[in-house]
Amino acid sequence: MARFSALTGRTAALAAVLALLSAPVLAGAPKPEIPRGKGDQCVEPTEVMRRHHMNFILHQRDETMHRGIRTKKHSLAECINCHVPKAEDPARQVHADSPKHFCSSCHTYTAVTIDCFGCHSDVPQETGVAKEDLVVPVHGSAPALDLEQEAARMVQAGGKAE
Amino acid sequence: MSENRTTDEGRRQFLGGTLALGGIAVAPGVFLVNVAGAKPADQPVTDKVRWGLLVDTTRCADGCDACVRACQEENGWGGPDSNEVKSSDEQKAQWIRKVHLRNKQTGSTHSLPLMCQHCEHPPCADVCPTGASFRRADGIVLVDKHTCIGCRYCMMACPYKARSFIHEELHGQKVNAPRGKGTVESCTFCVHRVDNDREPACVEACAAEGRRALIFGDMKDPDSEISQRLKRLGVRQLRADLGLNPGVHYEGV
Ligand code: SF4
Ligand code: SF4
Repeated sequence: MARFSALTGRTAALAAVLALLSAPVLAGAPKPEIPRGKGDQCVEPTEVMRRHHMNFILHQRDETMHRGIRTKKHSLAECINCHVPKAEDPARQVHADSPKHFCSSCHTYTAVTIDCFGCHSDVPQETGVAKEDLVVPVHGSAPALDLEQEAARMVQAGGKAE
Repeated sequence: MSENRTTDEGRRQFLGGTLALGGIAVAPGVFLVNVAGAKPADQPVTDKVRWGLLVDTTRCADGCDACVRACQEENGWGGPDSNEVKSSDEQKAQWIRKVHLRNKQTGSTHSLPLMCQHCEHPPCADVCPTGASFRRADGIVLVDKHTCIGCRYCMMACPYKARSFIHEELHGQKVNAPRGKGTVESCTFCVHRVDNDREPACVEACAAEGRRALIFGDMKDPDSEISQRLKRLGVRQLRADLGLNPGVHYEGV
């Protein structure tokens, strides 16, 4: 019984958050114009990326930094390579301090400050990695995420933080 | 004659084998690509290799700073268009510097590059309160700037003055060398290159100058050039008395 109510509570919280994420609660604030990336499909389904890109990047960060794992799929450099167009004229290059920058477009809208670009390059650059490594396996080896479970986990984590 | 042929054949076989593994030889014995550590991108580094560097000071020329310039270009620090615009010269980052030694008695001089020595027992990592300074399994000592709080204990602890602190907001960093305000940095052995089976930028630049004063490789592979060279007389570590077992060695000082 107790278990049942806990579950209902969780589902309700989840529903609330999902509603928050999808409904235009910030009516009035102009929706961000999100620049299109290269190709047809991101490395994970769009809904997964919207909610979990930070987890992928955080995981990859530690793997690369400490264990030297340099797969391309969840690498920040490759996010930038696909999502930030390179300007012919460097003076017209869009940087992270502009709301036209892919990352900043959403982060400005949601008022979530990121400090990635205090150190990392915010524009595409050659990584010097062999070309064949750059072929990104779409929906490749990573275990499929249970979206609902993941969302519930994040709701709980968010609840604790507040 | 027959002895010569055997040597030649042996060498050809060695070169052939290396090429088959993906190495590129620009001249006999000069490799742009280091095959010893060939590692798939999804595999972690292991302690089966330990990267090391030998500086042959007899080949290092006074006045040559090709290694320093190559490092600046590769990692985006210093140089004429340094992105540290507000810092004084003492404050600016210096990952690698040319040092001149002079024996006061004999007057003999040496010129050598000095950078992070990639200690086996790095005092920088010992004193770091957050674990940001660490040594990778393959012996490369790095700063994880995500967890560095900029306390600079490591700078005080390093006996080789190998580390720098970034005092100001930076722009235009290289994709392979993220660096920014409030964190400490030092030579990474060009870890992004090493993980892709390439040699550090300084080593490549020195070879391109035709000097080959820098030899990089796996010190745990008994057949690697560096392992062979480390056995020679006159090869030493700087301040070996400190017992840190640096990965960088010097010949001829
Ligand atoms: S030389 Fe200095 S920075 Fe490099 S590992 Fe040793 S103590 Fe650390
Ligand atoms: S400055 Fe950063 S890397 Fe150095 S000891 Fe402090 S936290 Fe560690």
